[in-house]
Amino acid sequence: MVAQGKIVWISGPAVRADGMADAKMYETVSVGEAKLIGEVIRLTGDVAFIQVYESTSGLKPGEPVVGTGNPLSVFLGPGIIGQIYDGIQRPLKDLAAKSGSFIGRGITTTPVDMTKEYHFSPTVKVGDEVEAGNIIGIVPESSLIEHKILVPPDHKGGKITKIISEGDYNLDTEIATVEKDGQSSPLMMWHKWPVRQPRPYLKRYDPTVPLLTGQRVIDTFFPLAKGGTGSIPGAFGTGKTVTLHQIAKWADSQVVVYIGCGERGNEMTEVLVEFPELKDPRTGKPLMDRTVLVANTSNMPVAAREASIYTGVTIAEYYRDMGYDVVLVADSTSRWAEALREMSGRLEEMPAEEGYPSYLASRLAEFYERAGRVQAKGSPERDGSVSLVGAVSPSGGDFTEPVTTHTMRFIKTFWALDAKLAYSRHYPSINWMNSYSGYLADISKWWSENISKDWLDIRSQTYGILQREDTLKEIVQLLGPEALPDEEKLILEVARMIKIGILQQNSFDDVDTYCSPEKQFKLMKLQVDFYNQGQQALKDGASLADIRSMDVISLLLKARMDVKDDEMNKLDKLSTDMIEQFKSITGVKVQN
Amino acid sequence: MTTQGGVQYSKIAEIKGPLVIVDGVDNAAFDELVEIETTEGEKRLGKVLEVGNGKAVVQVFEGTTGLSVSGTNAKFVGKVMEMPVSEQVLGRVFDGLGRAKDGLPEPVATSFLDINGAPMNPEQREYPKDFIQTGVSVIDGMLTLVRGQKLPIFSGSGMSHNILAAQIARQAAIVGTKDEFAVVFAAIGVQYSEAEYFKRSLEESGALKRSVLFLNLADDPAIERIITPRVALTVAEYLAYDLGMHVLVILTDMTNYAEALREISAAREEVPGRKGYPGYLYTDLSTIYERAGRLKGRKGSVTQMPILTMPSDDITHPIPDLTGYITEGQLVLGRDLFRQGVYPPINILMSLSRIMKDGIGEGSTRADHQEISNQNYDAYSRAQEVRALAGIVGKAGLTPIDLNYMNFGDEFEKKFLSQAVDEDRTIEETLGLQWSAISKLPKNELTKVKDKYVEQYYKE
Repeated sequence: MVAQGKIVWISGPAVRADGMADAKMYETVSVGEAKLIGEVIRLTGDVAFIQVYESTSGLKPGEPVVGTGNPLSVFLGPGIIGQIYDGIQRPLKDLAAKSGSFIGRGITTTPVDMTKEYHFSPTVKVGDEVEAGNIIGIVPESSLIEHKILVPPDHKGGKITKIISEGDYNLDTEIATVEKDGQSSPLMMWHKWPVRQPRPYLKRYDPTVPLLTGQRVIDTFFPLAKGGTGSIPGAFGTGKTVTLHQIAKWADSQVVVYIGCGERGNEMTEVLVEFPELKDPRTGKPLMDRTVLVANTSNMPVAAREASIYTGVTIAEYYRDMGYDVVLVADSTSRWAEALREMSGRLEEMPAEEGYPSYLASRLAEFYERAGRVQAKGSPERDGSVSLVGAVSPSGGDFTEPVTTHTMRFIKTFWALDAKLAYSRHYPSINWMNSYSGYLADISKWWSENISKDWLDIRSQTYGILQREDTLKEIVQLLGPEALPDEEKLILEVARMIKIGILQQNSFDDVDTYCSPEKQFKLMKLQVDFYNQGQQALKDGASLADIRSMDVISLLLKARMDVKDDEMNKLDKLSTDMIEQFKSITGVKVQN
Repeated sequence: MTTQGGVQYSKIAEIKGPLVIVDGVDNAAFDELVEIETTEGEKRLGKVLEVGNGKAVVQVFEGTTGLSVSGTNAKFVGKVMEMPVSEQVLGRVFDGLGRAKDGLPEPVATSFLDINGAPMNPEQREYPKDFIQTGVSVIDGMLTLVRGQKLPIFSGSGMSHNILAAQIARQAAIVGTKDEFAVVFAAIGVQYSEAEYFKRSLEESGALKRSVLFLNLADDPAIERIITPRVALTVAEYLAYDLGMHVLVILTDMTNYAEALREISAAREEVPGRKGYPGYLYTDLSTIYERAGRLKGRKGSVTQMPILTMPSDDITHPIPDLTGYITEGQLVLGRDLFRQGVYPPINILMSLSRIMKDGIGEGSTRADHQEISNQNYDAYSRAQEVRALAGIVGKAGLTPIDLNYMNFGDEFEKKFLSQAVDEDRTIEETLGLQWSAISKLPKNELTKVKDKYVEQYYKE
């Protein structure tokens, strides 16, 4: 029995309807003559409080509200990759086909084209026992993704009594029948899953594998692990979006879900224009073939913005369950929190800090807990991960505001963007003193096994130079650089070189935009060698001016742009040249 | 405004601040336009903010002064607020609600458009990438404006933002074919003299007949300011997408807009966000700013240049802060430069044009554009550090390279940044000045520019 009520009150995206005794919490409902999509968020007696995912302009009291009996769910099946959805999984292309360049209301679409045929190959046969999460077939979805057809996670399993043979089928086709306890149920190539409910898995692993992004300040200094959580807070203009785009472009995951949550329309357009052109550095295939976009821009209805985060993370979990590493980027969680605040205000709930609802922290915790590297349910045995990266847009750039402080409690990698660095065009403007990563110890094993056993040591030395510089800077600000002895001036010099040659990275330079782990290590090693040989040279009687005038410096600074990933021998040559030049200024043999 | 049809209600239960609460309402819609008629027969406009349980909360644009509970009629018009548009709006002056203000009859409308517009489908947007030459070096060279961009000016009280905006409007209008260009100017609670300056400036350059002006002046009703940018943008969208024009929209001053919004929020007793501004200020501002852009398959564009004065020059104040999160960059005017008499007093380090990278380079401006601009940023930021240091330790405590940076800083501000109010520089001149300034530094300091460009453009 579905609820059928009438609107009694409207204020912006919030609607109250009576006669809704049969409605369930979080049930989706159709609101008004225009059949707007809404969700029940509070029930008092027979009055339902509904957040409406579309503009309520023109809606009148007395118009009908009809329940659907189902919670807000996403469609999970082939055809999702490469799509751009709104916050409730309506394809924006279809919306455009139905309502033109501007988003209309009350439009119903299917998340994927149900009539398109996919090439299905079964991996089970009649008589096999299957359980929830099992893979029963494979469908090629894009040039990069092989879609695994899963028995839904809430299915009770049973014996396969029918499975269709390999061939091309559309999504309305029943591909298998499962029988248990004398009851048979059909399986499709897809299923639905409620967005607010995390998808189940078998077990969870510690994150020990780095998620490589090709961004030096991230991978080398403040790494994220596969299945980990990271947050990137920053005032406007500090380059949040560019950094997030870089992660979405170059992260070594198989699937990327990018959520534009309450942000600029043009940023989503940029992704749509750029990603099909860009090639994945590992496979050479277009990046769009591994990307799903969820776009609920700032001027689109605020309630759907709240839903967009859940829509995105549920899609991410689905690909995780197929055994893929998935990165989900949410830009920006602050706008999502503001959507919560707006609905909370309309519900007249007692506000906590800055008007945000008291459950802000628990909602953030629930969201970030959906990250993880897991063993998926069902057979064959497979591991997948969801890594979550959330942007935070603190008001006034103030990191003590509620969304930033609560987020910090639930994430392990913190990339603090710094307006001062951005003003001096130091990009990415990740402040190396305020940022941190809780994964460093866990993933250093990977670097020592795959790149160099000295990785952790060289990284610590590099970071040590930056820390020394930070202390010395205060003295310089009071007394000027000439007050320092030469050894300390060299620290300042090398710190400057590390900033320009390693920490800064030009996303718009064809070479610099992505830096391989090997190159990251070698660039860092060169700087540390330069520092150590420089200190030795000072002891051996060379002057700081001699060191500053070495040709090798400008080569070191430009190596990030001049040396391509397959030209590591150029860096080795630079290392030899450096030794020679130090020799020539001291006349003494320098230890490498 | 059209007012045919509608149902009459008379029972007003309460009047508070800009709001009227009407009783016995059984057929009003959310967002619906309302006509309020006083005992004297004066008509005012309003819209429904909240409706239900027989009551409607109505926001009255012209204010509630003189309204009474007993003698006021409220008429629900049966539609949302619309702006009549046609090609005839060009060259006209309207009030803050879109009614003719120049003594001429209302233009004949070819269509009526919902002033709230509708969100552009991101999938249907055309990514902005066409360079607009404003003739202002610091903008063209380092903070490039692109067609379809929203680039605000963050100013402070008394600074030269209007002069700059007027210069941009005049000079940007000259490039390309004039026919396709239009200016929509919305004055939101500004002084008469400021609006007049802008109007005269457009008149002198001959751009007035290709302009549409909406004037809500400082002494006009404050709540009307909620509507002014919306009617202006509705006209801009019509000119851009229906008539294929490239429209530059100047909205000044958005601070007054946000204050009007705060006034309504306070009257509704909503839980405030920061500094008493409503929690939905970001979302509300985005429904204005996001109306800039280009659309696939349509010729025109809407470029926005909102102006706002930062209270106490504070960039972290909610109005500039939330604006900066929505717009594609910002031009920040610096009090120090302004005091030194530098025009335009743009603090480049705090300013940014986000989509500059897509509008410049080979085929549009010049191949070295991005790199020389990056190098100038880098050098200017270093020059500022050196200046600060020199203030403490004196010039004697500086290294020779530091002194080079000081020279660069002076050259940059005097030759490149400064320019006359009527000086229109080409992009070639602008790039040349950037190279002249950077050539105060030794070549090996140029780490952000490829060697081939150094060879080609560096001035020994």
